[in-house]
This record gives sequence, structure tokens and C-alpha cells, in this order.
Amino acid sequence: MKRLINADDVIFDVINYILLSLVLLIIIYPLYFIIIASISSPLEVLNGNVIFLPKGITLDAFRLIFKDKDILTGYRNTILYTVIGTFINIMMTIFAAYPLSRKDWVGRKFFTFILVLTMFFSGGLIPSYILITKLGIYNTVWAMLIPGAVSLWNVIITRTYFSSSIPDSLPEAAFIDGCSNLKLLFRIILPLSKPVLAVMVLFYGVSHWNSFFSALIYLNNRKLFPLQLILREILVQNKFSEDMLVEEESILKRQLVAESIKYGLIIIASAPFIAIYPLIQKYFVKGIMVGSIKG
Amino acid sequence: MTRELIKINTKKYVSRKMKLVVKNYQLYLIFLPVLLYYLIFHYAPMYGIQIAFKKFSGALGIWGSAWVGFDNFTRFFNSNYFLQLIWNTISISLYSLIVSFPIPIILALMLNEVKGSKFKKLVQTVTYAPHFISTVVMAGMILLFLSPQSGVINKIIELLGKEPVNFMYEAKYFKTIYVFSGLWQNVGWSSIIYLSALSSIDPQQHEAAVIDGARRMQRIWHINIPGILPTITIMLILAFGGIMNVGFEKVFLLNNSLNRSSADVISTFVYRAGLIDHDFSFSTAVGLFNSVINLILLLIVNGITGKLNQTTLF
Repeated sequence: MKRLINADDVIFDVINYILLSLVLLIIIYPLYFIIIASISSPLEVLNGNVIFLPKGITLDAFRLIFKDKDILTGYRNTILYTVIGTFINIMMTIFAAYPLSRKDWVGRKFFTFILVLTMFFSGGLIPSYILITKLGIYNTVWAMLIPGAVSLWNVIITRTYFSSSIPDSLPEAAFIDGCSNLKLLFRIILPLSKPVLAVMVLFYGVSHWNSFFSALIYLNNRKLFPLQLILREILVQNKFSEDMLVEEESILKRQLVAESIKYGLIIIASAPFIAIYPLIQKYFVKGIMVGSIKG
Repeated sequence: MTRELIKINTKKYVSRKMKLVVKNYQLYLIFLPVLLYYLIFHYAPMYGIQIAFKKFSGALGIWGSAWVGFDNFTRFFNSNYFLQLIWNTISISLYSLIVSFPIPIILALMLNEVKGSKFKKLVQTVTYAPHFISTVVMAGMILLFLSPQSGVINKIIELLGKEPVNFMYEAKYFKTIYVFSGLWQNVGWSSIIYLSALSSIDPQQHEAAVIDGARRMQRIWHINIPGILPTITIMLILAFGGIMNVGFEKVFLLNNSLNRSSADVISTFVYRAGLIDHDFSFSTAVGLFNSVINLILLLIVNGITGKLNQTTLF
């Protein structure tokens, strides 16, 4: 279709582009500022000289961050929880979504009901807390992995993807060829479902990486703390470990360094997923869309 | 005669079902861990709700603790913070809904008008980025940016010749900070669902409208917005259903003794009463009150929108 060029259209486009550029700036600036503040001299940041460009470039903040044992342990724990947790999530999500996507599965409605009911009503904080302590997984690695083993939203997205992108005739044909349900799942359906699986890995991965609440309530052993709890101490509660600030003598200097450590830490904590998501961005629409509308 | 026919048919039906069950036994096998997970981690805690009506003691356990009827609830309703908690929870939610619900829709409509360009993809990629930042980091950013000594916002205020403001220590700023930081973080991400709804609108509708001489704004108003209305409705139902569910994390991280009068919500209260003050029964009662209200809200909104335009969640 060839669009007729008229004044209205041009004005619309100009305004649209200007507004969207404004949105772009508002979103980008805080992120940009964190980067320039983390590599600028803290004194320049304090004096308000760092607004558009870094000044007095230094990498001290990052050097100090990587010296801190708590941060390194937290980082290691978070990687562990993210990798193992996401693996459990993906398996459980497939195990839930595949049967639920099969129209010939007797009990499909009943099991859907059992799962969906939990969306509308839950035991709440304290009953869950009591359960975790009774199960004996309080203050263990399992408390980070098992209570959130599967998310219903993600099951719905995956189920809908399975049932809408795989024709009903495919399982039938496979069964005639003597294929079993599991073979069908692993050999045919999963290879066809890479887009939704990629989105699921990202969603679950991010939620583990950023998870803070379950660690707050289920852990009190510092050795098990994920990065987010350590971040909370530093970024929100202003508690710094001695190894980090020991080389600065004066209180003012310590405060200055503390500020730039915070900027650096924000980058270190957020970089991995901000670097990964653009790679599978093209699948987002598919992943989010299919699940929520047709569900 | 017919009765026998029905009998025979039922028998056939049952045996066909049984055959399906046997044939698909592997499906039950892989679903088993999921079912166990839901029973243990979602249904078992529901058993614990009874302590809302009891005086829980760790030694006696959930079952053994003594019943106290609605004592925990009346204590909550009669407390002097009850109205403040409800007000804070609802006002933060509504404020957030009014700001953060329409803006992603507008963003999606605007992006949809940018046809096939790198610019569109750039805006999308950039606006999604903040969604991947954790709540803790978000809270840290807010504290850094708003710091009265070194925060960039106050530096800009000083450049404009005004006095710096201590945003975090004044209760009146809390809700605005909460809502607009949320908007910054999620505006792009929330627009995805509308963008994809827009992409499924039949282009022929637009072609016909162009031939009829419809202008851009008219086409957006009469084709695009009606086209995504079902999606908007579902998202609105979900938003209203969660109106008493202000997310715990950000409020918890940003509240301090000076802004608590406007920053204490039900979820932070449940946490404090339960895990800091160890008043398990009371905390559970407050939580139960909250989830019952949520459920009722969800059912009401679902009913209303169902009458209005036939789009319901369930």
C-alpha cells in the first residue's frame, strides 16, 4: 500500500518521533549516569560536576568491590541458585505444560483447576514460613530452589505455545509410528519450542538473579546469602564491610568511596541479564502474547 | 431399551477413557512432581490459615493451639493503624494504576506508528532494560539519585538555583517516588502485550480506512484502540484484582522511620507483625483479610467487565 503523503501525516510523525526520543532519553539517562558516576572521581560526583560526562576517571570502585568477600560469595551463591533453580523451573514447567496442552489427556480440566485455584488464594506468609521450617529446609540451599519451583503464569504461556504451535495431527501420526508420549515430547515438541523455552529460561533466570524476598525470610546464614541481600546491606542500609573501606583514613573519604562503590555495584549486579535479554528479545512478543490472550 | 442403550454407551465411554488413561500413563508420571509441588507448597499452607483464628504457640503446633474466634481480626480492625494501612495500600495502588496503566498503552500505540525502522527496535530494546534491574538495585538507585548531598536530581535542582530536597525523609514524596520509579522501570515491558495485540489487527481495516480518507489519529482511535480493547480489559481486571496487593519488596526497601506514615502497607505490616514481632496468628489474620478482599475484588471486576463487553478472565 502506498501511503499518500500529506501535511497531517508529516506533523504526526514529527511529534511522534520527538515524544519517543524523549521517552528514550528519560529511560537511558539514569542508566548512563550510573556508568559515568561509577568511573568518575567521587569528589567530582559529590560536587555535581558529573552530569553529562565522566570526570577524573578511576576504576577504584571496581577494585574495591572485587576485594570484598561478602560480595564475591554472594555473587557465587546467586550464580548457583540461578543455574540450578532455572533448571528445576524449566523441567517442572515442561512437566506441567505438556500434559495440560494435550486435549486427549483425561483429567486435564481437573488438574488445570487445581493449579489455577492457587492463583486466587494462598496460605500467606506465615503458614508458608511454618511449612518451610517444618520441612527442615529453612536456612538451606533448598529454600532458595524448591518453594518457587514453578510459576503458573509461565506454565500457561508454555502450555498455550505447545497447543497452538503444534498441530493435533502430529501426536497422532507419531503414535501410529510407535512413538511414546515422552519420546514425542523430547524428540519432536521441545525442539519445535525453542522460542518459548528461551523466553522461559530468561524469565526464570532473571527472577532467581533478582530474588530477594525468599532469601530475606528463609535464610540467616551469611554464607548462603545471595547477592541481592548483600546489595541491600550496602545500597539500602549503608553497611560496608571493613575490607572495603579499610584503606581510607578519614570519614569523609570513606563516604566518598562508599558512594562510588554503590554505583559500581549496581553495574556489576545488573550487567549479566541486561547484556543477555537483547539476544532473545525477538521472542518476547511470542512468549508473552500467546500465553496471556488465548489462555 | 433406551436405558440399556445409555448403559452400554456409558460403558463404552468409560472403557474408552480408561484406554486413554492407560495409553497416556507417561503424562501422569511427569505431572506427578508438579502435583506434589502444588499440594505441598500451595495447598498445605492453606491448612495453616487456621492459626488466624487461634492463638498460635510453637509448642502446641498449628492443630494444638487454642481457638480464639475472630479476636485477631477485631484487634486489627480496632487498631489505630488499620485505616492508615488500608489507605496507604489502596492509594499507592490507585495512584500507580492511574499512571502506569495507560502510559504503556500510549507508548505501544506510538511505537506502532513507527513503521519498520531501526528506531522502533532501539526504543523497544532500551525501554525493556530497566525491567531486568532487581528491586534492591532499583531502591539503591532511588536512594543514590535522590540523596540530598550527592544525588544527581538534587544537583540539577541546585543548578536551577533552588534548595536541595530530602526526598526520602518526607512522607509526602513517598508515593510519587514509588509510582514514577515503577513507571520508569516497567513502561516498556508492559507495552509488549499491547504491541503484540496491535500487530494482530488486520491491515485491511487500515487500508479501507485510508481509502475512506481517515486520518492517522482517526485510525488509531477507531481501529487500533477497539482492536486492543479485549487485551486492555484483561489487563485492567488483573490490575484491579491486585489493588490490595502492593508489592512488598520496594515498599519494604524504601520505607524508613520518617516516611512510614505514608509508606506502610498491608504486606510490609504482615511481614513485621509475623517475622519481626513473631505474632504469627495476628500476621496470618491480616494476610487472610487481605487475600479475601483481593479475591472478592477480582470476582467483582470480572463480573462487571463481563457484562460490559464479554471479555472476562475466567
